Amino acid sequence: MEILVCIKRVPDSAENEIVVDDGGRDIRRDDLTYSVNEWDNYAVEEAIAIAEREGGNVTVVSVGSSEAEEVVRREMAMGAGQGLLLQDDAFDNSDGRGIASILKAAVTKGSYDLVLTGAQADDGAAQVGGMLAAMLDWPYASLVNKVEVSDGKTLRIGREIEGGAQEINEIQTPCVLSVQTGINEPRYVGIRGIRKVASVEIPVLDAAALGIQAGSVGPSGARVSRVDYFVPATGKGAELIEGTTKEIAAKLVHLLKAKGGLK
Amino acid sequence: MSAPVFALIAHKDGKADDSALELLAAARTLFAGSSPVALVAGSGPQVQTVAQEVARAFDEVWSFDQPDLGYPNAELLRPLLTKVLPQGAMVLLPHNPLGMDLGPGLSVKLDAAYVPDVIGSEGLDGQTLKVIRQEFNGQVSAHVRCEVSHGAVITVRSGAFPPAVASAAGKVVDRSADAAGLAARRRFVELLEAEAGDIDITKEEVLVSVGRGIGEQENLALVEELADAMGAVMSCSRPLVDAKWLEKARQVGTSGQTVKPKVYLALGISGSFQHLGGLKGNPFIVAVNKNPKAPIFQAASVGVVADLLELLPELTEAVKKAR
Repeated sequence: MEILVCIKRVPDSAENEIVVDDGGRDIRRDDLTYSVNEWDNYAVEEAIAIAEREGGNVTVVSVGSSEAEEVVRREMAMGAGQGLLLQDDAFDNSDGRGIASILKAAVTKGSYDLVLTGAQADDGAAQVGGMLAAMLDWPYASLVNKVEVSDGKTLRIGREIEGGAQEINEIQTPCVLSVQTGINEPRYVGIRGIRKVASVEIPVLDAAALGIQAGSVGPSGARVSRVDYFVPATGKGAELIEGTTKEIAAKLVHLLKAKGGLK
Repeated sequence: MSAPVFALIAHKDGKADDSALELLAAARTLFAGSSPVALVAGSGPQVQTVAQEVARAFDEVWSFDQPDLGYPNAELLRPLLTKVLPQGAMVLLPHNPLGMDLGPGLSVKLDAAYVPDVIGSEGLDGQTLKVIRQEFNGQVSAHVRCEVSHGAVITVRSGAFPPAVASAAGKVVDRSADAAGLAARRRFVELLEAEAGDIDITKEEVLVSVGRGIGEQENLALVEELADAMGAVMSCSRPLVDAKWLEKARQVGTSGQTVKPKVYLALGISGSFQHLGGLKGNPFIVAVNKNPKAPIFQAASVGVVADLLELLPELTEAVKKAR
């Protein structure tokens, strides 16, 4: 099975405090640590596990600046044979639909049976996989938390729905699946693994190579664009308790007792 | 003339989902003066039951009754909606596993803008719709501008718009014939309900809940000690279940359990909307997080910006002494 996994380099929001900068034009990026989008890491692991079980190849692709190469290499080190970078100044500031159309061009240049994406990324839009499937006219399933290959043409998949229930579907290949976290346990990538793929050549395709009209992507092709970031003026929020650790603990115990928190 | 507005009604066991009235409220906020049409698709008598229920809130309801639609399969609903919706339609969906499955592809098929997970609106100005979303796991919000001259598919976050009051006597239009002969390359097989574990956090009055901020699996012992000292049960947020550190039955959130404790300790939990969506009954929330910007501090009653590993032993000690 030929599998393509679409990945994105994102600020690691578990590790970083995100601060609005520059009057809301962007977030403060100087001190951010970046990594592969968490959902994508599960998607790459799933692809590699399927290829190991059923045979086949895994390619990791990212739309992004030269910095995206670092995360593509990291994911290749998990066991993906090939990497692919889709890079062009014209791609900057594309909306989700623009990104999906760039990926579509890359998918149609290969012969993939299965395309995986993460269920969502840093912008929480959860959109690229579904758009890509519709553009390819392939079937799609989102929030996938189980993949079994029944035969060459059909997958039996689980989708995570409300309340922890799992919706089982059969889906025909070729198809696009967006992968939910928790589907597997992504393997650890050590420094040796990264070194092994350090010199593997990663092809770079630009708009011309992909046959993409510059005006159809980027800001001119975008129907959805961010005006600014802001921190909402919310209600009063939490009353903050300060002091030494001992003082804080004492105050918390007092409050918990008053509210019935000690049984 | 203003664009036609539609809302897809999620329903189960012959009852409309809570999202129905929230979508109506969202539609009226995003498109002032609109009279949205409710779309009810399903199979059997419950389609009419739901359509009649929804007609008490929407002026017009389109019902689609076909055997294939017995389970809401986005791969069938997408061609159906692509066929029946007029050009330039504004379609509102709940931002839930169905809306997320259906929406992105539907926007491509309708050649419409896709506007996901909307939590607020600044209204429509000509062909430009301005909405509010969140990014970075709720740490910051964003104003987003959408060009909607070709229509839009909009998913709406649960709880973001207070439900509209049902005060209509709408008409139900049976459009089942339009739903005949749909085909999909994805077939619904079965629903596996979550396994009932030994632990039932849904009935607990005091929960000590732990998230990614705990750092390492071995640190969970510190949380367990605190929970034991308090006479409480340990629950958690999603990342700890993903990491297989704790069982699914302990997970609070829309994809886990819905709980309604009196007191809720959120330890190292950022407070994503999916997590808070599983926390009902207006509990007294104590949040401890090292990130002062964590959204949990907006939901919490009291907060502590601290390192869990320092605070937990002290807190457990203080609880023991207080007993």
